[in-house]
Amino acid sequence: MSEQRGNNPLLQLVLVRFREYLREPEALFWSFGFPILLAIGLGIAFRSKPPDVAHVAVVSGSAKSGPYLEALKRDRGLAVEELPADSARVALRTGRVAVVLTPNADGGVAYEYDDTRPDARTAKLLANDALQRGEGRQDVVGASDRFVREAGSRYIDFVVPGLLGMTIMGGGIWGLGFSIVDQRRKRLLKRLVATPMSRAQYLASYVVSRFVLLTIEAVVLIGASVLLFKIPMRSSWLSIAAIVVISALAFGGLGLLIAARSQTIEGVSGLMNLCMLPMWVLSGVFFSSENFPRAVQPFIKALPLTATNDALRASMLRGVPFAALWPQLGVLALWMIICFGIALKIFRWR
Amino acid sequence: MPSTANLALRVEGLRKHYGDVRAVDGVDIAVPPGECFGLLGPNGAGKTTTIEVCEGLLTPDAGIVELLGLRWDHDEHELRERLGIQLQETQLAEKLTVEETVRLFRSFYAKGRPVDDVIRVVQLDEKRDARVGKLSGGQKQRLALACAIVGDPDLIFLDEPTTGLDPQSRRQLWDLITDFKRLGRTIILTTHYMDEAEILCDRVAIVDHGKVIALGTPLQLIASLGAEHVVKFAVVQGSPTLDEATLGSLDGVRVARAVAGEYELQVGALHQTVPALLAFLASRQLELAQLTTHSATLEDVFVSLTGRQLRDE
Ligand SMILES: Nc1ncnc2c1ncn2[C@@H]1O[C@H](COP(=O)(O)OP(=O)(O)OP(=O)(O)O)[C@@H](O)[C@H]1O
Ligand SMILES: [Mg+2]
Repeated sequence: MSEQRGNNPLLQLVLVRFREYLREPEALFWSFGFPILLAIGLGIAFRSKPPDVAHVAVVSGSAKSGPYLEALKRDRGLAVEELPADSARVALRTGRVAVVLTPNADGGVAYEYDDTRPDARTAKLLANDALQRGEGRQDVVGASDRFVREAGSRYIDFVVPGLLGMTIMGGGIWGLGFSIVDQRRKRLLKRLVATPMSRAQYLASYVVSRFVLLTIEAVVLIGASVLLFKIPMRSSWLSIAAIVVISALAFGGLGLLIAARSQTIEGVSGLMNLCMLPMWVLSGVFFSSENFPRAVQPFIKALPLTATNDALRASMLRGVPFAALWPQLGVLALWMIICFGIALKIFRWR
Repeated sequence: MPSTANLALRVEGLRKHYGDVRAVDGVDIAVPPGECFGLLGPNGAGKTTTIEVCEGLLTPDAGIVELLGLRWDHDEHELRERLGIQLQETQLAEKLTVEETVRLFRSFYAKGRPVDDVIRVVQLDEKRDARVGKLSGGQKQRLALACAIVGDPDLIFLDEPTTGLDPQSRRQLWDLITDFKRLGRTIILTTHYMDEAEILCDRVAIVDHGKVIALGTPLQLIASLGAEHVVKFAVVQGSPTLDEATLGSLDGVRVARAVAGEYELQVGALHQTVPALLAFLASRQLELAQLTTHSATLEDVFVSLTGRQLRDE
């Protein structure tokens, strides 16, 4: 009876995939732990801080030094200290203060700052504003502030879809490449082909197991990001899932193509790096791919990881509807069809 | 020889070349059902190439291969269902257990033997939950055998099933193969151990440089030497070389030859030849360095056919 139940070859092959995966603790770390640790690390490094305060030094020793100091201190956007002239210069040069304010004998003041630094210019404007008001200047036009701090435009918002894209790529390429080439190298593939095993089912076992693992990976990564960093989800889960699935198929095809003929782990590792390295750099995982010259943009846009990252960002952060993502989805579909087509043609089963 | 229609394996004019290397150079084999047929030959003789062409894993350059009356080009699936195969070098997945591995292979076959039975037959009961990577060499070979028989094949190919094993593990595997033979299934195996071929095989083809150079039952092949015993001796260093013709004329000697500083005589009866040899050496005032005798084996057949040893020991 249990014989019958456990006798489905596709089920057995999928079980083999999971067993091999779960019995390799390193693989678990690289696919779950690593992206989350990376997101947490980046989240801490680029967390939203309270607005920066501008550091200003008031040169001491003048009759006006005291009152001016008091006037500046009333502005909470400024951190003010009183320093002798030479220490104030040192602080300016080392960047500890952005502006040095020196009261003149005639009652005016002189500002010293680096006019090429935006933060120094801001500090000077803030300091001057505080000083003038302290001395009784009235605003001509009444003004009030309303602060808008939008989730979706922070660095962490940018980087999480990139990490998800990177996870999908790594899963497809590493997940298929190493396992298949290892079996070919050990002649296990040849041994399997010597049985009535269906080759389609053998490949399907990778598709099924990758989908299950990817679902978990994606849910864990997105879930952690939403909980920890309040990453916005401005599209339906369904359309995000669809992007993930199409990307996974494209990278699965690429992984299969990379693994199609290699007979050594060294050989396939080289091919994998050759494929993935340019995408890590060019496809906008950690910084926008718009930074690269205009001339190479068409090439960058044609890379599958760029398409994945762009589609995920548009969908998650800006709520762009699924249908409007057809250029990215088209690129991914094309990669999928071409890679699977070639891979199945040239696949070395022995 | 039975008619070709019901042969378990029929190979005719098989050729497979790799560049200049003629791995298989015109091999003909006919194996009736129920026979255990051995391909015996030194390293690089072409045994694996021959057997893998038969297994449909390599395409031949020329020749006919017919198994159970079926051909690879149009009956591939049926053949896969009915063949059991053990490759010379397969590392099964190390992270799976014995039972998981056998169950995986069982799942590929429409009909077959229960997983538990097969594990018991190859005596891996105690290791059923052990990881494949932790098995000894002999246990791995038995697991490979289990995977080969789990589909209950009519024809089984074993490529060097005992190479690299200790004598005890080899004997264990021989017992398993003998049991399988008793079920009336056809076995094709390769080996470069003559004792293995003598014990397991009904008939043996001796293969060298891609050709079958002798074919018959082990007894027929040994009998073809026309000698029941082999006498090997060496004289102390510095002695003059002895003439093969002179040695050949000694009483009871069929063939004499010098092999690597030793002399080898194929003889009919030891009690005639040994005294004659000693007398001859004494008359020449030559001193014996060593003298051994043994009953003729397939090894001697190989040496007599090729002038080389089967294995470089
Ligand atoms: N893929 C290949 N490419 C080139 N030459 C090959 C290839 N496979 C086998 N050969 C050559 O063909 C010859 C026969 O090899 P084969 O593996 O059939 O020998 P064998 O009898 O099985 O030897 P062994 O006892 O060592 O297993 C050898 O000279 C070998 O080098
Ligand atoms: Mg071989």
